[in-house]
Amino acid sequence: MGKHNITMTINGESVSAEVDSRLLLVHFIRENLDLTGTHIGCDTSNCGACTIMLDGKSVKSCTYLAVRADGAEITTIEGVAAEGTNSHLQQAFHDQHGLHCGFCTPGMIIRSMDLLKNNPNPTEEEIRWGISGNLCRCTGYNNIVKSVQQAATEMAKEKEASV
Amino acid sequence: MFKCKTSPEVGGMGHSVKRKEDARFLHGKGNYVDDVKLPGQLSMVMVRSPYAYAKIISIDKEKALAIDGVLAVITGEDLAQYNLHWMPTLLSDTQMVLPTDTVMHQSQEVCAVIATDRYIAVDGAEAVDVQYEPMQAIVDPYKALDDDAPLLRPDKEGQEDNQIYHWERGDRAKTDDAIAKADIVVKERIYLPRIHVASIETCGCVASYDKDTGKMLIYMTSQAPHAIRTILALVAGHVGLSEEKIRIIAQDIGGGFGGKVPVYPGYVIAIAASFLIGKPVKWIEDRSENLVNGFARDYHMDCELAATKDGKIQAFKVSTLADHGYTDSSANPSKYPTGMFSICTGSYDYEHAFAELDAVYTNKAPGGVAYRCSFRVTEAVHAIERMVDKLAAKIDKDPALLRFENFIKKEQFPYASPLGWSYDSGDYKATLEKAMDMIGYDDYKKEQAEKRAQGKLMGIGICTFTEVVGAGPSKDFDILGIAMFDSAEIRVHPTGKALARFGTKTQGQGHETTYAQILAEELGIPYTDIQIEDGDTDTAPYGLGTYGSRSTPTGAAAAAMAARKLRDKGKKIAAHLLEVSEEDIDWEVGKYFVKGAPEKSKTIQEVAFAAYTNFPAGMEPGFEATHYYDPPNMTFPNGAYICVVEVEEETGAIDVKRFVAIDDCGNIINPMIVEGQVHGGLTQGIAPAMYEGIEYDDEGNVLNGTLMDYLVPTAVESPHWETGHTITPSPHHPLGAKGVAESPTVGAPPAIANAIIDALAPLGIEHLDIPITPAKVWEAIQEAKANA
Repeated sequence: MGKHNITMTINGESVSAEVDSRLLLVHFIRENLDLTGTHIGCDTSNCGACTIMLDGKSVKSCTYLAVRADGAEITTIEGVAAEGTNSHLQQAFHDQHGLHCGFCTPGMIIRSMDLLKNNPNPTEEEIRWGISGNLCRCTGYNNIVKSVQQAATEMAKEKEASV
Repeated sequence: MFKCKTSPEVGGMGHSVKRKEDARFLHGKGNYVDDVKLPGQLSMVMVRSPYAYAKIISIDKEKALAIDGVLAVITGEDLAQYNLHWMPTLLSDTQMVLPTDTVMHQSQEVCAVIATDRYIAVDGAEAVDVQYEPMQAIVDPYKALDDDAPLLRPDKEGQEDNQIYHWERGDRAKTDDAIAKADIVVKERIYLPRIHVASIETCGCVASYDKDTGKMLIYMTSQAPHAIRTILALVAGHVGLSEEKIRIIAQDIGGGFGGKVPVYPGYVIAIAASFLIGKPVKWIEDRSENLVNGFARDYHMDCELAATKDGKIQAFKVSTLADHGYTDSSANPSKYPTGMFSICTGSYDYEHAFAELDAVYTNKAPGGVAYRCSFRVTEAVHAIERMVDKLAAKIDKDPALLRFENFIKKEQFPYASPLGWSYDSGDYKATLEKAMDMIGYDDYKKEQAEKRAQGKLMGIGICTFTEVVGAGPSKDFDILGIAMFDSAEIRVHPTGKALARFGTKTQGQGHETTYAQILAEELGIPYTDIQIEDGDTDTAPYGLGTYGSRSTPTGAAAAAMAARKLRDKGKKIAAHLLEVSEEDIDWEVGKYFVKGAPEKSKTIQEVAFAAYTNFPAGMEPGFEATHYYDPPNMTFPNGAYICVVEVEEETGAIDVKRFVAIDDCGNIINPMIVEGQVHGGLTQGIAPAMYEGIEYDDEGNVLNGTLMDYLVPTAVESPHWETGHTITPSPHHPLGAKGVAESPTVGAPPAIANAIIDALAPLGIEHLDIPITPAKVWEAIQEAKANA
């Protein structure tokens, strides 16, 4: 089994480790770093529970080798807001009841961050297509859509205030 | 409508307070079973059968055991030494934990590899060499009953064919007679295919045996931890795992939907492995293992509905063939092998009904999971609601009008149904009227007429269902003999804050919020001051768990009753503090006061403090109460759903334009949470209606065992749901509530099917089984055109 030394930045902290070449990034994050907010719901890149932010893009970490992330900058759900605070998306999911069991929620939030970065004012249809790589079995999606809409509105207000 | 009795700060019933449990999930701090990491923890991975039916010739462990890090390969022969190779199912059938000689379905567990980590365990599983002798599998349940079909379960004493049981309810002769004499009889064979709950978190456990204390700690994705503990004690008591030595902790669960009620072989093997090795053993299913090794539905229903020429329903008969796979592991109450299927007479008033069912063995995975419905209610509702629409089409009557003319009337409740239920309450007419108003039914009827004139395919589908939930009264309902009550235990601390524990188990329903709201309603303690716990068998009171929409009918009722016991005790304390007799004390939310002198009062918090500091002489100190609630009846939530679709004739593509769901679940604890539950259930309703179904080939191979081909709806397939309510309180529930989360899963599929079939009616198409996919529609259109 080939071993590799990798270094990456996760949630603002530099991390180095020696890993097997076959180790999946999601297992590296969950098992080696104990960041268990990133979940595993399938092994075919369909459910999106393992979605993380990697170099500014949402990526499904269950089909991404840890060695490939060498040098990357990663944000997981644990790092999207300062301890004890909510990002606009986290607050919106709470306000709009955008989560039930919570298992898909980290992936949904990370994916929605990417969506809003590229499209700060999405229509309902754009939101639905934008999160269509992430499965939720509990909410029926109505309230996830509303959560993303609320976050978009709040982010726009914040941007306006800062100009 | 329901009027709130408490302020938003207290947050009792009817307030859409935000969920107390959200923060940990939003911050990635949920505690799911795969997040458990114990010192020295090992990983377990299954070797599974590639064949649906085969003799095991040999299992060679050597190459696997030679891998550095592989500690053990556990086979059925190994477990047989401890008599742990078979286990009972919840319905008194038997299921292999691991086989000793024969595998009965594809992907059945053959042996388990234990290793120091998951990657090495997978290496080990691949290195195990199993030799099989394949046999011809029985896949078609109708062929399972052929005279020359091989006997699938020779291990069962007295089993001479592949029939598991025959069940019937109602009066066959009178129903047959009514059907024979009726003006109109419509018939259909309706199939509800195998589907899977596909919760995003799969099943799993971490078993950790402590050889010094003799205690087995098991973290488990279980909706019913107490029941599972009892079953484990019954299975493994003979090797020393008696009930007090077993502690099951069901932490956060990533969706249950019924799939986390049964005992799976993996749990038992992990427990056995930890017991033998003395280290923690983790077993987590991968997605395919999850999808292939369990199921819900799989009922083939021959239906006959008889009516007068004007459409007055007179009789309903349904004969069902149920495919249970190789063992009946349905998670039903023991006196109800077909669950609550006898609710199949629906929301309509007529005299004669008969339902019968034959269950058979095949070479498929066991299951019979009560997937987000109260044990076979989905099948029952689909049967009657499709048949009512078929009748409407046959006599060319508006399906809404036909329903109005046949509904059980508001004043007929409690209503004795022909198959033996006592419906508690409802106002079906008002509920359907509300749905029709909300969607604009008459306008859509006009639009449909115009579109049909242009040759376009547009359909409107209705479903007016009655559910039966909240198992249940102990005289009728038990699982393996354990009565299906549920429990609540409240401790109010001296400072007036509270901890309450329950026998039910939340999986996303929001119990940490809604149970606190119920206690807030009953005691006036703000919901934010009440901590809710469940899922730990060492601390929670005994209960049968959460499934079949039973938490509100049983657990919430137990909470209310326990709170009322506290209020009674509090009254004595308040009388003592206010120096009046108990009869002179009155209660309003949050405080006791002297009748006629409301300025003389004591808050619940003051009374709680006094319960520990200044209680009447002779009174037992403390402020705690427990209640085990045995419901007098089931509750009967109901609803009216209307769906509008357009179908593209050239491609068969189906576009759901609108979907309105009006639910009557009695009094509502938290409207925001109820609406969320309805949304989710509706998406789990469109899923089998249009997308999902486990498919098998003739050899018993599963053809769609991954999420690439088993199509769980995304946000794109899921329509923008529109919801509303009527409120008819349950007369027998302490809070007037009924349970709701399964209604949408039950009500949506027939509404969607009825809409699509209505769209295709101009082509002469009268029925399609779900899932109604574009391909199925396209083929039906081609066939209809060829026959035209």
